[in-house]
Amino acid sequence: MTAVAIDNVWKFYGDFPALRDISFNVEPGSCLALLGRNGAGKTTLLKILAGLSKPGKGSVKILGEDARSQSTRYRTGVLGHGIGIYDELSALENLRLFASLYGVPRPVQTAEEWLERAGLDRVRDGLVREFSRGMRQRLAVARAFIHNPSLLLLDEPFTALDDKAIAVLQSLLNKARSEGRTIIMSTHQLREALELASDVALIARGRLAFRGERTREMLDDPGWLYRNYGE
Amino acid sequence: MASKVEPSPALIQTAPRQVKAGFLQQAFAIAGKDLRSEWRTKESINASLSFAIVILLLFSFAFDVSSEFSKEISGGLLWLVFAFAGALILNRSFARELVNDCLDALLSSPASGAQLYLGKCMSNFVMLLIVELMCLPVFTVFYNGLWVSQAPMLLAIFVMGTWGLTAIGTMFSAMTVNLRLRELMLPVLVYPMMIPALMAAIRLTTIVMAGDAVGGDDQIWIRLLIVFDAIFTLLAVTLVETVLVG
Repeated sequence: MTAVAIDNVWKFYGDFPALRDISFNVEPGSCLALLGRNGAGKTTLLKILAGLSKPGKGSVKILGEDARSQSTRYRTGVLGHGIGIYDELSALENLRLFASLYGVPRPVQTAEEWLERAGLDRVRDGLVREFSRGMRQRLAVARAFIHNPSLLLLDEPFTALDDKAIAVLQSLLNKARSEGRTIIMSTHQLREALELASDVALIARGRLAFRGERTREMLDDPGWLYRNYGE
Repeated sequence: MASKVEPSPALIQTAPRQVKAGFLQQAFAIAGKDLRSEWRTKESINASLSFAIVILLLFSFAFDVSSEFSKEISGGLLWLVFAFAGALILNRSFARELVNDCLDALLSSPASGAQLYLGKCMSNFVMLLIVELMCLPVFTVFYNGLWVSQAPMLLAIFVMGTWGLTAIGTMFSAMTVNLRLRELMLPVLVYPMMIPALMAAIRLTTIVMAGDAVGGDDQIWIRLLIVFDAIFTLLAVTLVETVLVG
């Protein structure tokens, strides 16, 4: 079964087509780097995949089901532009809330385990509003991973992370890759993304400009793809 | 790390190590989160309560509280105050989810729009009811309310009327969450829709505030409140997913 099937997807904001006839598949266990310049349509596509927005035309299937179906959302972890955690709750309360929403058994213990993995166990009862940016980012990463999702949708996950948060995220992504989870991440950090990715898709002005496997050539020269297929 | 890794079948077929959370369990989790946040900040309750008390005070200057006329309008005064003060709570309901894009995090979780709505409705209901109950002694002092002998009926009217306000107000809070002028738009949109519930609650409260029992002829207002609450809750639960996701 295909992990993600995107078929002739269009998305309009008013009359402006943010996505134009995008079609491609993502196989289970692969890691797709979704590349493109600012405003190309990466976030719009990821929002559609996450079930946060509906395509104007076309269809999206996640593991054979509608992107907005409840069973799809149980199997999908989303880390968007915003960190998606509550400032007025403690780190533990935030993770416990999302563990409960995702039906994770033993939500408190699971939340405590993830706080330890994110290096936040010593501030578990501290309110998020008192955290540094890096600590908040690590908590957001833990939130996205807490239910062991089969599919990870990450929108610029490395942006504005401190060294420790990057290390936590890279370790989690490597582990997810080794377990055969499917990852789709949009990013401007070409080198980090291409090192991790098995596949690449480049979007330019809402169109799919390139879709293929990540090659040695791309790793050696991350700008190659933009020079040949970007605008 | 770049090659494809064969996924285990369990990863593809099922959600690993998860059980489907119950409908009400997820709604309660969202309500609990909202109430916990509010308990820490007291943003909505402080604003709403102080606004309500100021209006009650101003109304007491505007009317002769010892006259028979003021008794006849007591229900109206009280529910207008609740409606205005409630708008402050309802406005914050979905707006608080915009900070850190928490609304996207909730919508991408398995909680449905209906669960999110019901959770928000419950927390708004609790907050507004707290404000109402705290306003009641102030109102009694200013307006000589004689409701004590009818306290259970008054509480029932508060519960039914407040659920009506929050059921419809929470839905409109979801509809206006992404509008730039939502603080203005919410009351403009929501007050006309509240009229049937407000009419019923005002009529019943006026009777109770006069120290009278709700008689047979007035049962129609109770039925109106119950039907209003049921219809708008059902409508909102059905439509809120479309409102939030499109």
